[in-house]
Amino acid sequence: MIKRGLLCLCAFVATIPVAAQTPQKKDSTAKADSAAADSIALIKQLEKELGAPNADTTSTTSQSPRATGGYMNIGFVSLVDAGWTSADDIDALQPGDHDPKARGFTLPNTEITFDGNVDPYFKGFANIVYKIDKDGESAVELEEAYLQTTSLPYNLQLKAGQFVTEFGRQNPQHPHSWAFVDQPLVLNRMFGPDGLRSQGLRVSWLAPTPFYTEAMVTIANSTGETAWSFLSPESESIHGASVAERKVKAVGDLLIAPRLATSFDLTETQTLVLGASGAFGPNNSGPSNRTRVFGIDGYWKWKRAAAQAGFPFLSLQAEALSRSYEADDRTPLPGDDVVPPGEVLKDRGAYGQLLWGIKPRIVAGLRADWVKADAALSSGENRTTRSRISPNFTWYPTEFSKFRVQYNYDDRKELGVDHSLWFQFEFLLGAHAAHRF
Amino acid sequence: MKKLKSFKYAAAAAVSMMASATIATAQIRVVATTPDLASIAREVGGNKVSVVALAKPVEDPHFVDAKPSHIVTLNRADVLIEGGAELELGWLPPLLESARNSKIASGAPGRVVASAGIRMLDVPTSFDRSKGDIHSLGNPHFLVDPDNAKIVAKNIADHFAAVDPKNAATYRANLARFTNAVDVKTIQWVRALAPYKGAKVVTYHKDFVYFARQFGLAIIGELEPKPGIAPSPAHLASVIGAMKSQGGKVLLVQPYQNRRTAETVARQTGAKVLDMPQQPGARAGTDTYIGMMDNLVNTLAAGLK
Repeated sequence: MIKRGLLCLCAFVATIPVAAQTPQKKDSTAKADSAAADSIALIKQLEKELGAPNADTTSTTSQSPRATGGYMNIGFVSLVDAGWTSADDIDALQPGDHDPKARGFTLPNTEITFDGNVDPYFKGFANIVYKIDKDGESAVELEEAYLQTTSLPYNLQLKAGQFVTEFGRQNPQHPHSWAFVDQPLVLNRMFGPDGLRSQGLRVSWLAPTPFYTEAMVTIANSTGETAWSFLSPESESIHGASVAERKVKAVGDLLIAPRLATSFDLTETQTLVLGASGAFGPNNSGPSNRTRVFGIDGYWKWKRAAAQAGFPFLSLQAEALSRSYEADDRTPLPGDDVVPPGEVLKDRGAYGQLLWGIKPRIVAGLRADWVKADAALSSGENRTTRSRISPNFTWYPTEFSKFRVQYNYDDRKELGVDHSLWFQFEFLLGAHAAHRF
Repeated sequence: MKKLKSFKYAAAAAVSMMASATIATAQIRVVATTPDLASIAREVGGNKVSVVALAKPVEDPHFVDAKPSHIVTLNRADVLIEGGAELELGWLPPLLESARNSKIASGAPGRVVASAGIRMLDVPTSFDRSKGDIHSLGNPHFLVDPDNAKIVAKNIADHFAAVDPKNAATYRANLARFTNAVDVKTIQWVRALAPYKGAKVVTYHKDFVYFARQFGLAIIGELEPKPGIAPSPAHLASVIGAMKSQGGKVLLVQPYQNRRTAETVARQTGAKVLDMPQQPGARAGTDTYIGMMDNLVNTLAAGLK
């Protein structure tokens, strides 16, 4: 039903008439050879008020619906995974929601994306994800739907709605722009299978520094599965006790996520981006417990000056996170008599990934993953220590398709070593939003 | 006395620094997506503007990284000049979104769509990516036709005048000077290439169609089978066949294209590979638009001799 509705929507949008051409500045200057600056300003003012005709001189540029902004860009991205693993508990081995989930085939992420200018003041974005789970059942989720301001003063920008939280580098990225088939373990540990996203508001400020510095803070709901370390109904896997019911009573019960990012061009061909993020909010292991997640991230890229289609390049991306999860006044699980002691559960982890764009459209990658939980007197199953090494190789026939093969060497300590080989195919249709750096 | 003198120097230096700072702040800050647009903006703007280009002269303008430093540059711009034919589609939109600068928003006086008024070539009748990376508005490599450079210069002058009306007369005078210079040079360029009218050339990408139309060259093929699609052996074989049967003598490549592929074809056909960078500054001594065009014409004329 939802699918049919979306198809209808797409068909409707495809028939939306071409937007009116943006009024161009008229060639007033030709008439104003000897006029004073004031009269030119006046003419411009009148043009603004009356609507200036096109400044065209010879023949107009041919226009198309897309170029004039047919009100909305629509894109479709689909990932198909296939492969085999030595582990039987694939859900635990590949905990990410968009990871390969079965021996055989998985459709972990098919997105329909919409974006466009709402009016002169806002841009709008929406991202609807379809996926087919390991049992063949379809699931739909509204991953993102938000509007963003375009022209606030003082270099400010607001975003409101449902959106991925700007914490670190990879959390805000959609799976199709990941460099590996699966989610880094540490992001899964801290933010759950779908990453950190919620309904809220984000304020960003571009600082007036000579180099790029952006400060932002997100205030969002702390509830739901995608607020994993906070008031997620699945938090039992972290603290190992009954989930306490907590109501939002004050701002402190919301999720607050600040981030500071900065960047330098080290040379003409090298760029460095550094960031520090935090996520603070209540957790539901007890009536008044809180979680604090801290993260630092770095990204360095070299690209040859006369690169061919962006190749060759070398990039290094790394993130390290730590979580402090208060677990006082826990209520034992039904059937369990032992009251868990009050304690703070501490987890940390990191990943680093190196990408080498060898020649046009061919990228070799190597990622190292590691997560660790400090010993606790009592806690849930999602606090193991494990590491993973993942070499991979990606071929992009064009920007609109890719083939990837990835090997994972997983060391889950108590459970031993597992080997997995995953393949991934991606295709993109329609408008494709350009990637951020 | 000595002290007084040095004080005088210091004061004079301070005053001159302040004066230059005033001039600097009075200049309108112009950002062009590519160096060719930046060069024309400098011609039109003269000392009333400061101009930077986002893409480097040897960088593939289709694949510029959306670096955060570009966000800062765009955030502080009074004017943005873009090609207007989707050449920058892969990297400019996210930069503009982050730059949050309403002065250069689409439709604002500070946003110059360089291609406005240009008769575009290769405008697709249908949008189908099986035909390669086609641009829905037509071929974006239009600035190597000097007639188009004049249209672009006029577009830029109009917008400069709108943003900075008190210097409108200067922009118009600079435009007239640039247009005259291009007219004079165009006569020279046409003369220089007149002996080679109808010469058969092969290009790597479909980036010389406007140049070929202006100067009467016949493009008999591209090394890319379709725009943006890497050359395949089978396609190269057909290009080699065409060059041999039709007498293609030169292969035109840009700094960011695979010269080795072109050299392979050249070895098979006896043709010459000519480095024909379309961006000012890609080669020493070609920092201006006219310098860049001089280089293209001279390189081609020498190659076709």
